[in-house]
Amino acid sequence: MADMSMSHGSGAAADEVHPLVVRITHWVNAFAMILMILSGWRIYNASPIFGFRFPDQLTLGAWLGGALAWHFAAMWLLAINGLVYVVYGFASGHFKRDFWPIRPVDVWNDFRAALTFKLAHRLGTYNSVQKLLYAGVVFLAAAAIVSGLSIWKPVQFYPLTWLLGGYDFARIVHFLAMSGIVGFLVVHIALVALVPSTFVPMITGRAAAAHEGETTR
Amino acid sequence: MKRLRIGDIRPDIKQIERRAFLRQSLSLGALTMLTGCSLDNPAAPDFIDRVLKGMSHWNDRVQAAIFSPTRLAPVYPESAITKPFPFNAFYAEAQAPVVDGATYRLELAGMIADKRPWTVADLRKLPHESQVTRHICVEGWSAIGKWGGVPFHVFLERIGADKTAKYVGFKCADGYYSSIDMPTALHPQTLLALDYGDAELPRKYGYPMKLRVPTKLGFKNPKHITEIFVTNDYPGGYWEDQGYNWFSGS
Ligand code: HEM
Repeated sequence: MADMSMSHGSGAAADEVHPLVVRITHWVNAFAMILMILSGWRIYNASPIFGFRFPDQLTLGAWLGGALAWHFAAMWLLAINGLVYVVYGFASGHFKRDFWPIRPVDVWNDFRAALTFKLAHRLGTYNSVQKLLYAGVVFLAAAAIVSGLSIWKPVQFYPLTWLLGGYDFARIVHFLAMSGIVGFLVVHIALVALVPSTFVPMITGRAAAAHEGETTR
Repeated sequence: MKRLRIGDIRPDIKQIERRAFLRQSLSLGALTMLTGCSLDNPAAPDFIDRVLKGMSHWNDRVQAAIFSPTRLAPVYPESAITKPFPFNAFYAEAQAPVVDGATYRLELAGMIADKRPWTVADLRKLPHESQVTRHICVEGWSAIGKWGGVPFHVFLERIGADKTAKYVGFKCADGYYSSIDMPTALHPQTLLALDYGDAELPRKYGYPMKLRVPTKLGFKNPKHITEIFVTNDYPGGYWEDQGYNWFSGS
């Protein structure tokens, strides 16, 4: 991938790191995800699947009815926004250009390089670990939505619920998808904290020229 | 009786303060404000409550559109029945109402041609069906049970209910009340259940009669029904009025 450092996320202005659609859907998604996760924890607490509950103070909704109302309101924001992002990702070539290919060898090499702080962070191009994480979280979000649909409508969408192993198992799938997303979020925010110069471009779309080719050291 | 001194309660105050602090620092700024107002005071709805209510009404319409009058809830073999089937209500099992089957009368009201009340014996003379289906609670747990009784569409036909009306409402011996949409009321699996398993419905499961709706969440299955009415005016429900989604279809 010799041309990687030259290809920016989009065919637009050369200094555009993130296209507008990606930036808007990213922050709408972050907001919707947080509403879904925090209200979901409260719903989980009403009938825990495993031997623990989430601290009520960390949850959204004040009581089960409130949490469900939040969850079933924010799900529309999450799903519609996610759809816009995925359609854009495929139609514009953003996914193919920036998330693909993901080769296990590259992931391993980049992962080792990152651990030894030898991995250069080039704004506008994702290394293989990032590609894997981003494609992975898009998959997890889709899994959360599909499993969510199957436990919301286990009769009307019965074939879907059946595919996911029935109502009770689909609940577990839904929980695991949430857990994976929370895990991603922890790593994701830690990495942004480690390389803070990535933060402003996710809002403005542009990087200060001096930051181009910056390394994490 | 021990007198309370301020020293006794101070640790609690500290703990409450600490908890409030934790909550403020952890719930991400703006979300702190949101958590305070989540349909937890129906008497004084604020802006967020109105948004959530609006979305809930939207979800009622979406669910009515998704609902298929012919798609059946999955049925299970008797070996899949959950034992013991859980008791659930807004009170403890010991507080379940005691209804005298001999004097019991099911009252009818609203858009119904023949409003004569029904005795248990009369209800038992109607066609009887039983089914093993999954009861899904709004809390997330589920359990499989077997209910037997009169297909509700047969009963609605018999009493001359106006099937073009929007709602069928229920009033119960324990003060509970709820309502469902007409298409769900006419669904082939919706039952006026008189039996649980192969025996008469016991007190804890809703004696003498409950509505069994396998296409809706558990709280839309009122027990100990004493009155059924048909109406076009939204009747709400015990939980629905507090903020649970009204349609709550499965
Ligand atoms: C809540 C769930 C979140 C999810 C699922 C998520 C997911 C993603 C994804 C998939 C991308 C790649 C976007 C693309 O190129 O198409 C991305 C990029 C990014 N996200 Fe998030 N994100 C979340 C929250 C956050 C938060 C809270 C922050 C802020 C701390 C953040 C900061 C960033 C930044 C700075 C980038 C660009 C990284 C780079 O240029 O290397 N994200 N995120």
